[in-house]
Amino acid sequence: MVKTLQEINEKIKKGQAVIVTKEELLDLIEKQGIEKTAREVDVVTTATFGPMCSSSAYINTGHSRPKIKLGGGKATLNGVPVYTGFAAVDICIGATAMPEDDPRNKVHPGEFNYGGGHVIEELAAGKDVALEAYAYGTDCYPRRELKTWINIKDVNEAVLFNMRNAYQNYNVAVNLSNKTIYTYLGMLKPNLGNAYYCSAGQLSPLLNDPFYQTIGIGTKIFLGGGIGYVAWHGTQHNPSALRGENGVPKRPAGSLAVIGDLKQMSPKWLKGVSFTGYGASLMVGIGVPIPVLSEEILKHLAVKDSEIFAPVVDYSDAYPQGKSEILEEVNYAQLKSGKIKVKGKDVPASGLSSYKKALEIAGILKDWIKKGDFTLTEPVAKLPDVESGYKVKPLNERPIK
Amino acid sequence: MTTSKRIVLTFPKKNIDKPIVYHLIKDFNLIFNILKASINPAEEGIMVLELTGEESDIKKGLDFLKKEGVNVQPLSKDIVVNWEKCTHCGACVAVCPVGALYVKDKKTMEIGFDADKCIACELCVLPCPPRAIEVKF
Repeated sequence: MVKTLQEINEKIKKGQAVIVTKEELLDLIEKQGIEKTAREVDVVTTATFGPMCSSSAYINTGHSRPKIKLGGGKATLNGVPVYTGFAAVDICIGATAMPEDDPRNKVHPGEFNYGGGHVIEELAAGKDVALEAYAYGTDCYPRRELKTWINIKDVNEAVLFNMRNAYQNYNVAVNLSNKTIYTYLGMLKPNLGNAYYCSAGQLSPLLNDPFYQTIGIGTKIFLGGGIGYVAWHGTQHNPSALRGENGVPKRPAGSLAVIGDLKQMSPKWLKGVSFTGYGASLMVGIGVPIPVLSEEILKHLAVKDSEIFAPVVDYSDAYPQGKSEILEEVNYAQLKSGKIKVKGKDVPASGLSSYKKALEIAGILKDWIKKGDFTLTEPVAKLPDVESGYKVKPLNERPIK
Repeated sequence: MTTSKRIVLTFPKKNIDKPIVYHLIKDFNLIFNILKASINPAEEGIMVLELTGEESDIKKGLDFLKKEGVNVQPLSKDIVVNWEKCTHCGACVAVCPVGALYVKDKKTMEIGFDADKCIACELCVLPCPPRAIEVKF
């Protein structure tokens, strides 16, 4: 059984396509098996909502009178420094940027209550944001100082560009030392006191398309409440990660770089967050529709939490020291049960990725496609796959003397 | 009738060496659960206790504490979850020592908060990424 994307899109436009969320798909497969479901179902929606630090927004503020050259100067949005290495009025704010006077970890663990992620959320919410800028002045851009409120409704472009999102699987963090540690995977109590995982598991987009057969550059997605596209493979994309027999990675593997119009997005799906002792970040909601082009693709889509494994890593020593050893492999059904066994001990586990919000996104994307005006796109280029041998490398440090 | 009461005790500097609290068990038939105990920078002792026993015994116990110079105040700290900010990520669940924050629905992983179980230890406040948990006095 083979379907083309064109056929599926024709059905979508006519309102005849059968679209289900990943959870609904699992119920269908249980009732009627893979073969029948593969013939009947046209699109499955997958989603994730979690902290994604490599996220940013770039903005063209529009020119002031007289004109100012922000490029090469200094600027902040609500006190958070923005990158000004572009043309006169193009700026870029990153999710983890912080005000210069934020104490960070001077008194450990720092709170990191406000950062770039919070500014991006406020912009998306339509709030006024304070732009303060200092420039060195040129003949064509003589102005040296600008202090103005800006609002997303007034600026030219406001684009969300996230260089790494939607990680295909991730580590499970624990702490083997005897002191509490604060990491990007949460506050970890000593001596295997607790564990954190961060993935939507069976709902996660790339875990449903493990070999990147349908998701590629140009794939149209739900991003932060609006429409977005996969722009490139994400940083640290690692198709060569260890995989199980079902082809699903058992270590952090692929990732996506995504782009979309911030003006269409909502603070409901873009949330500024703070990780105590670690830093500020942005939680991003992403939804990816997967077309059921063949029975093989449906077999990958049938993966359950109990069939997806993640590595338990010690974040007190092994992770910071770059040691590749892992303690255990656990699956997402075990993680979601709230308790996993590590080194024979019962360890309480909870997530940092919101399954509840991911479910909502899968439902919303399903509705968009059902309405008939969201058709699926065929990737214009593939993501580096297993055959390419593409893999993530550590830094080749060559100290400068 | 048996009841439970949560109190905050402040022991003045001169009293921190004297064993006082054990009297609550020995002389007043009360069971106590120490929720928090510390010495503050002013060298006063602070203890948060949950006392369980007959209502009349609790009253006698508290009177005894006051006579010993211990300041007694009911625990009126409240943990409040701002559901607007909460993203249901679950970060709080693994740190809550009493299970007041828990997964309400295993299918959707929706988070719930049982205020009756909460002991206001505040361990959940800082791990919450969207800062949705607030302490109210």
